[in-house]
Amino acid sequence: MTRNVAIVGTGHSKFGNRHDVNMPELAWEAIKQAIDEAGIEQKDVEFVSFSNVGGWSSEGLASVVSLEYAGLTGAGLYRVEAACSSGSAAIKAAHDAIASGEADIAMAIGLEKMNESPTPTVIEFIGRAGNFFWEFQNFGLTFPGYYALYATAYMAKHGATEEDLCKVAVKNHYYASLNPKAHFPIPITVEKCMKSRYIAWPLKLYDCSPITDGAAAVVLASEEVAKKLTDSPVWIESIGVSSGTSNLSRRDDFLHLEAGTLAADRAYKKAGLSRDDIVKHVDVAEVHDCFTIAEILAYEDLGFAKRGEGYKLIRDQETYKGGKIPVNLSGGLKAKGHPLGATGISMAVDLSRQLQGRVEKERQADIKVGRALAHNIGGTGHYAYVTLYSLSKPRR
Amino acid sequence: MSMEYSVPIYWRNRVNYYKLIGGRCKKCGRVFFPPQSRCPYCSSDNVEPVSLPRIGRLLSYTVSYNPPEGYKLQTPLIIGLIDLGETRIIAQLTDVSLEEISEGIEVEAVVRKIREDRTAGLIHYGYKFRPVISH
Repeated sequence: MTRNVAIVGTGHSKFGNRHDVNMPELAWEAIKQAIDEAGIEQKDVEFVSFSNVGGWSSEGLASVVSLEYAGLTGAGLYRVEAACSSGSAAIKAAHDAIASGEADIAMAIGLEKMNESPTPTVIEFIGRAGNFFWEFQNFGLTFPGYYALYATAYMAKHGATEEDLCKVAVKNHYYASLNPKAHFPIPITVEKCMKSRYIAWPLKLYDCSPITDGAAAVVLASEEVAKKLTDSPVWIESIGVSSGTSNLSRRDDFLHLEAGTLAADRAYKKAGLSRDDIVKHVDVAEVHDCFTIAEILAYEDLGFAKRGEGYKLIRDQETYKGGKIPVNLSGGLKAKGHPLGATGISMAVDLSRQLQGRVEKERQADIKVGRALAHNIGGTGHYAYVTLYSLSKPRR
Repeated sequence: MSMEYSVPIYWRNRVNYYKLIGGRCKKCGRVFFPPQSRCPYCSSDNVEPVSLPRIGRLLSYTVSYNPPEGYKLQTPLIIGLIDLGETRIIAQLTDVSLEEISEGIEVEAVVRKIREDRTAGLIHYGYKFRPVISH
């Protein structure tokens, strides 16, 4: 049995350094919006998949605490972990609960409160997001260092420059400045980015996403229930998932993320699409720009650009609103912020609102075909999720 | 390190700190790194440890200006991805200035200080790679 699944409610907290609230309070900001939008009550929610990477924050069982605070106790529940793509994994889990017929209404809730630990602890936790002994503990490699190895290899092979990387940051900060939920709603210039200090050469401060607190939530419903709740459902058209080796030394090359490429192809195949002309079939995309190089790799892994030409898309401003394929009109992980467990769900929230034409006017994409794409990577291509959202009901 | 780990984590890996050891599958013949008891290519359990070449070529590198606790005194930390022929390895680079580094240079393994224990001040040694000076 497989059934259509739609997003019928979305919620998004303010992202930032949220010392003003505790974990369940932060989750509630997103949960309340999502429940209100869907027009349901807590008792209607049969199942919750909760994404939270945790470790650095106070609550060991943030999912249970948040459900109690929100009045959702009693719903089926588990916590989902897929590193930085935990949110997309949670959406898949809730989707599958409905698609399989086990539930009619389910929620995916993402929460991360990274600022509850000192920065060195957070750096160490993220640095261990790979292979603990062989690539972190022996060598002191940090998470920006993993992506820096890709950046160095990519620049050497294809001739991209540090300015090209900074142009990604400039775009995403520009769109964050139009998004009141963003952590850093501040425009920057290429010059400011180029003058920022190196974190892991060639990546500088402004090439890196910040340590952020935030929450996001969606209410999902079966086709039958969605029809009763809303006139404008956003359908989950397809989900492609893949994974990569923990050891970067076992990757074939450092010019692309194989897991991201595989996840894209799997999502496209299910939707009857091809990477060759995917840009014609997608109005707007959110891609995983934890570092600026990651957005350029994503352009190529998704088929937005040919191999070796991703950096030309940003050079030619083709990923701005009105360009060939608008990317990260929310500000992206880079400037909206990257609270790990919330990120994938934040993408779903923003893309749903994009498709429905209800984000801030200056960052609203032109919706022509009615399809949006979320590309969410865990670690350095350790997990990969590509999800297609559509205004048209998928054919089964 | 800002966090403490249990002693067996170090003890179990003690050989691997000082020697470049990979695995070789006796069934399919392929060499792999890191070593493990199951061949990552053909799934055979019939594997043996093998010494890896000490000389390789630098594929990519990064310069870390914000390393974890325990490495701060060595900032900036240069970390390379090194091609050892049949396998690749990630390791710190040493005895080299930033001007001397570029993709493709030949590097060789040496034993060096890796980091200091936070509380006891113990010095941890292990392998690093430096540019090949002469043949």
